[in-house]
Amino acid sequence: MSATRLEAWLCGAAALALVLLPLVAGRYPIYLAMQILILAVFALGFNLLFGYTGLLSFGQAGFFAVGAYVCALILLRVPSLLLGLVGGVAAAGVTALVLGALSVRHTRIYFSMLTLAFGMMLYSIALRWRDVTGGDDGLVGIPRAPLGPPGIPGPSLATIERYYYVVLVVALVAVVVMRRLVRSPLGLTLQGIRDSESRVAFTGVPVRVYRLAAFTIAGVYAGLAGALLPALENTVTPPIAHWSTSADPVLATLLGGIRAFWGPVLGAFLFFVIKDIIVRYTEYWLIWLGAIVVVLVLGFRGGVGAMLGTLLGRLTQPASGRAEGPR
Amino acid sequence: MTPDQLAYQGLVGLSLAMYLWLLSAGLTIIFGVLGVLNFAHGSLFMLGGYLAYTAYGLWGWPFWAAVALSLAGVGLVGLVMERGFLKRLYGVEEAYQLLLTFGFILILDDAVKIVWGGVFKIPPIPRFLDGAWPLFGRPFPVYNTFIIAVGVAVAAGLWLLFEKTWWGRMVRATASDREMAGAIGVRVPRVFAGVFVLGSMLAALGGALGTPVRVVAPGIGAAMIIQAFIITVIGGLGNLRGAFVGSLIVGVLSAYGTALFPVFELFLIYVIMAVVLLVRPQGLFGGHA
Amino acid sequence: MPELLRVEGLAKHFGALRAVDGVDLVLPEGRRTALIGPNGAGKTTLINLVTGGLPPDAGRVFLRGAEITRLPVHRRVRLGLTRSFQIMNIFPRATTLENLLIPVLARLRRTHRPWAGLGTERAAVAEAEALLVELGLAGFRDLPAAALSHGDQRLLELGIAVASQPALCFLDEPSAGLNPIERGTVMELIRRLSESRRTTFVIVEHDMDVVFSLADWIVVMNRGRVLAEGPPAEIRAHPEVRETYLGEELEA
Repeated sequence: MSATRLEAWLCGAAALALVLLPLVAGRYPIYLAMQILILAVFALGFNLLFGYTGLLSFGQAGFFAVGAYVCALILLRVPSLLLGLVGGVAAAGVTALVLGALSVRHTRIYFSMLTLAFGMMLYSIALRWRDVTGGDDGLVGIPRAPLGPPGIPGPSLATIERYYYVVLVVALVAVVVMRRLVRSPLGLTLQGIRDSESRVAFTGVPVRVYRLAAFTIAGVYAGLAGALLPALENTVTPPIAHWSTSADPVLATLLGGIRAFWGPVLGAFLFFVIKDIIVRYTEYWLIWLGAIVVVLVLGFRGGVGAMLGTLLGRLTQPASGRAEGPR
Repeated sequence: MTPDQLAYQGLVGLSLAMYLWLLSAGLTIIFGVLGVLNFAHGSLFMLGGYLAYTAYGLWGWPFWAAVALSLAGVGLVGLVMERGFLKRLYGVEEAYQLLLTFGFILILDDAVKIVWGGVFKIPPIPRFLDGAWPLFGRPFPVYNTFIIAVGVAVAAGLWLLFEKTWWGRMVRATASDREMAGAIGVRVPRVFAGVFVLGSMLAALGGALGTPVRVVAPGIGAAMIIQAFIITVIGGLGNLRGAFVGSLIVGVLSAYGTALFPVFELFLIYVIMAVVLLVRPQGLFGGHA
Repeated sequence: MPELLRVEGLAKHFGALRAVDGVDLVLPEGRRTALIGPNGAGKTTLINLVTGGLPPDAGRVFLRGAEITRLPVHRRVRLGLTRSFQIMNIFPRATTLENLLIPVLARLRRTHRPWAGLGTERAAVAEAEALLVELGLAGFRDLPAAALSHGDQRLLELGIAVASQPALCFLDEPSAGLNPIERGTVMELIRRLSESRRTTFVIVEHDMDVVFSLADWIVVMNRGRVLAEGPPAEIRAHPEVRETYLGEELEA
């Protein structure tokens, strides 16, 4: 069986499992699955920026938080989840566009530094702007509004199973869109920018504009992931904008594999499995997170995805001459 | 605000600037020579504060001994960071070096919580530096004056070190072309380790001296590195003069900000950073855009 | 032959070093030019200045009469000016085909498309495949470029520059690090490309046999200035050129 067919089968099986989950599992696994799906969307956007374009951002939590807070603010006033999602995504996208314009003019180290600073700027806004964000306490009592657009009655999402399907559909759409993106001319050009920015400029491509595009898309994905949060948790608090939250997609992607499309998704799953295990023994979860990052960076830069990739390479027969590895 | 009040607040800002200078000097030196941007640098500052607090506040050591312990301890941590971990990534893409130091922040932040607990501490001021003297019509703490003196001394010391000493010249040669330096006999790995340790100790000094007037708490590490980044943006990455001037700007403006626009004080600094990024992206003293 | 490139008083200093010290040059269309000179003569700096990699301290550059002195790199490429690099600058993780797809898509202004798969970009793929054949690399179509031999990578390096269908193309030591057979292949390719496409090549080279066999015109640089320029025979006989540069090579 070729690699693409195996990939298709695995995806199909995973999707089927996800669809059937609420029928066989209780509340906690469903809740966990939603958290994984949200992180998967978050990490997919992050990896477009890092794995595909070569830009390492430590501030993605800022856009995640913008998506979450704006959606929450909308849900508190208008009973329409659709509007909340759209509003959250749009706000995050605009924020990413503005901050990105300031950041992408710079070299990679400088860029990373700026993203950390800007991310924490958004955190300090979330923390201080009591009137809007609720400050330290955040926003509470957020209703899980029905799905339809404002004014038009839509399906109620009162049960967690129903909201799960909303999150699942959104995540699947996000995955499909990203899949097409990375296989498109834009995706190829971004990878060119990652590998040799100077050469890409010499093919006539305005590199900065494309970096900004990647940054904005990553911000949109972060915002989308964030916008799915308020209806799930019913509260939104400042820590979601903190740099330690920015570490989540970083670790998920490292774990799953930077060079693989499915890396962030696999990594999101592994992230929660590992966190679940660690948190049972100690409250000091960050130190383990850090240790895992260090180990991965020093020895396993391809993540679990790379290990699986070599395994898959032995299980499947590559076509003549075709380069291996999911793209 | 009266001119006296303005001048007073300026002095407050100056002393704040000196902590920031100690912090960003180390970061700048490490970046300038090794090309590594140490995200965990603020955590080293924090660790320095914790060590000094423990020795001076808890064990009753003399102040100077506590500071010395702080420098030694953090210097050792820095040595382990560089020789034990960072050096394995020198040939690899920079992103992984950043990821590694990012992992260190996560580790150090929780580590201090484990060792010292999550609650913040306020160490006492050593008696011989306690008290205040009247400046511009208000009592200005002696300790702050001490900090200003230390900051200026460090600036002068670093200048002397890099301009006049043999070691300093070797370091500058390595910074500008490490292959060439290696070819003429400079032991580049030793220079790297030495510079990293020096930078770490500077951060520790800032943290240790900072303890009596600032709070020691987990999370300070990340807050400080952001400040250092902002200073670097304003002053120019890898430039010591820029770090000094940037620290002055951020310190003094923070002090005025807190006095005049309390709610927006933090935001003001970010706005300035954004303006610098727009107008002069390489920073005041930076070389290339 | 109409004027393609004009350089007036171009200069670049690095501190006290005058890498390019007032260069005036006019290049007409269609003439294969070689740019030679000892190491440090300023050849690569000149290319960087003309192609936009470095901003000049003084002077102006005109492409087909339009001033391009301060234009960013990608604008110059769109006006028909590209280059290849002395230090290999390909996309190692991409396949050989994809290496050529990027410049082709860029030329067709299709690099921004986020939805269509690469396979559906028929015109671009066809063009890239045709170029692959011209380069003699068709057999490596789906191999990652990093897996190619050094010689084949040099051909690809050349191909990427040419894929943009430039009017003017600077080749910076296209045969660096190649054995004589590989060098011959590269030179033959350049000859063929300059005849089949309407691209004017300027080649920086150190191998004098190659220079004299390939070039219609030679520009000699030394210490940041143009020492002499003219047809090969004239340059070969030029006393100053012989003195500063060609001396040993000619005897051998």
